[in-house]
Amino acid sequence: MTLTEQLLARASRREKVAPGDNIWVSVDVLMTHDVCGPGTIGVFKREFGREARVWDANRVVIIPDHYIFSADAKCNRNVDILREFAREQGIRHFYDIIDDPKGLWKFDSVKGPVKRQYGSHYAGVCHTALAERGHTRPGEVLLGTDSHTCMAGAFNQFATGIGNTDAGFVMGTGRLLIKVPETMHFHLVGELQPGVMGKDVILHLIGEIGFDGATYRAMQFDGPGARSLDMDDRMTIANMAIEAGGKNGIFEFDAKTDAFVREAAKRNGAKADFDPVEADPGQKFVFDRTFDLSKIEPTIAKHPDPGQKALAKQCGDIGLQRAYIGSCTGGKTSDFLAFAKIIRGKRVKIDTFGVPATPQVLEDLRSIKWDGKSVWDVMVDAGVQMTENPGCAACLGGPEDTFGRVNQPMNCIATTNRNFPGRMGHKEARVFLASPATVAASALTGRVTDPREYL
Amino acid sequence: MAKTFQGRIFVVRDNIDTDQIIPAQYLNLVPTIHDEYEKLGSHAMCGLPDSAYTTRFVAAGKMKTDYPIIVAGRNFGCGSSREHAPIALGAAGVKAIIAESYARIFFRNCVATGELYPIDAQERLCDTLKTGQVGTVYLQENTLEVEGKTFSLKPLGDVMPVIESGGIFNFARQNGLINTASNAA
Repeated sequence: MTLTEQLLARASRREKVAPGDNIWVSVDVLMTHDVCGPGTIGVFKREFGREARVWDANRVVIIPDHYIFSADAKCNRNVDILREFAREQGIRHFYDIIDDPKGLWKFDSVKGPVKRQYGSHYAGVCHTALAERGHTRPGEVLLGTDSHTCMAGAFNQFATGIGNTDAGFVMGTGRLLIKVPETMHFHLVGELQPGVMGKDVILHLIGEIGFDGATYRAMQFDGPGARSLDMDDRMTIANMAIEAGGKNGIFEFDAKTDAFVREAAKRNGAKADFDPVEADPGQKFVFDRTFDLSKIEPTIAKHPDPGQKALAKQCGDIGLQRAYIGSCTGGKTSDFLAFAKIIRGKRVKIDTFGVPATPQVLEDLRSIKWDGKSVWDVMVDAGVQMTENPGCAACLGGPEDTFGRVNQPMNCIATTNRNFPGRMGHKEARVFLASPATVAASALTGRVTDPREYL
Repeated sequence: MAKTFQGRIFVVRDNIDTDQIIPAQYLNLVPTIHDEYEKLGSHAMCGLPDSAYTTRFVAAGKMKTDYPIIVAGRNFGCGSSREHAPIALGAAGVKAIIAESYARIFFRNCVATGELYPIDAQERLCDTLKTGQVGTVYLQENTLEVEGKTFSLKPLGDVMPVIESGGIFNFARQNGLINTASNAA
């Protein structure tokens, strides 16, 4: 069995499962956020009753992160719905924006989107936060009401996105009917060259198999190349499995996984025992190809879908009006470090926005110093507009007052994950996906630029 | 839901993602709150770029669409897992989508909610049919009839009874899989 089949067999208490089997799976963690949480809670109460209790209050993780820093009254209300539910159900892992469990959230428009407006529990972008706070554990099943939940596959677990109705069902029962996907095997060899990142790998792979090349399938990344990648790169790659239509992305467990997971569990006092799955020599794949990481060059996805692969060095004719660094995919500490290295001591030529994924990333950027100057200050001095309020922000457009939102037709290059029409706001704008290094180099020139020119 | 329905067709092409079906700024609406459910319907498909789609799916000032049947190309519903997408279409009055293929989560959300039938076409109908034509879908016969021409559709199989009963919860109740009563108004 492949890694995904082993995980699903374990979660359904079966000796063996095969692609196409419909099985009832026990869920280890259910995650929801402010955009889909209120609807999920609505389904749960409608179907299981006003007095119903969630199947396990310690296994439901609620992370408001999408529309937090907006004056929109409904957005603020949605966070209040989550708080009320967490209180009523005794949900421990609720990463609230405010500290008062009986309070109400109201974004302060006078203070604006840039100055810090969150309390001590807030965790930022759910997928990054799940990993940071020790909720991603090898061998487990994680379901979330968000398509990028597949990011947690980096940690050798089955993780996928589901809708509100399915999530409402999980809330009540702790189980879900899942079809076992076929597995596509991406055997990675070689190592990334300087200036090339995990983002380039996944954009290259999606371009190779097409925007729907993994629909209904698991994407398994292994081999010496996969082992050479650090956890952040693995997260970026697993995160975008959905952009090829994948059900999940999955990596093998190794010492890097172990170290990351233990550190995260310790930081947050989360459960630290886990049982990874290992590759089985008899595993069967529906697709099996080897990719040499050392041959991958800085890659972008052109508008209007993540499968429009092109080499950055061949796209210098694409003029840009905006650059954006942030999101679960491209707003981690390592993403900002790669970005800052390129723009350090220079000035960006186009409007450039930076949104740390989580408060932890923000703290890292403030505490990591290069020649006595924080990375945060390196960004600001280069002309990047940084916000102290981590979250999903303009990656998915959001309410009109969202920081960095693309409100006019323009070309924007972003470290984010998706570029269908309207994704970052205006439906006639064009979004180009790239690595943090490529976005940084492009911000300096105002056109798509290969970051190796600045190494 | 009825097994046969007739209405105007709205034709879209490949990769209609959930942002085009329901743009992210409307995700502040909660689908299980009645008024907000209706509002989601009024915004259905408003994310389609005006440059590519000159006809509005829901006319300005209206809550419902004049097009209960959508014909699409490949990968309809790709992108986010937001259930607001099938719900917006269902709330707008869409009965069925006939696409060359679907993104996985969208397909599953159609079935789970029972909002509409996501039917697979046997051929690329988005190249042959035009927005505004009147079509009739025969679910039992797996056909679509448009202006005297009949196109065959792939059978919905196991998902048909789930959608017919109004989604997974109703289906599970009717089949004894769960035993709680619904509090639906």
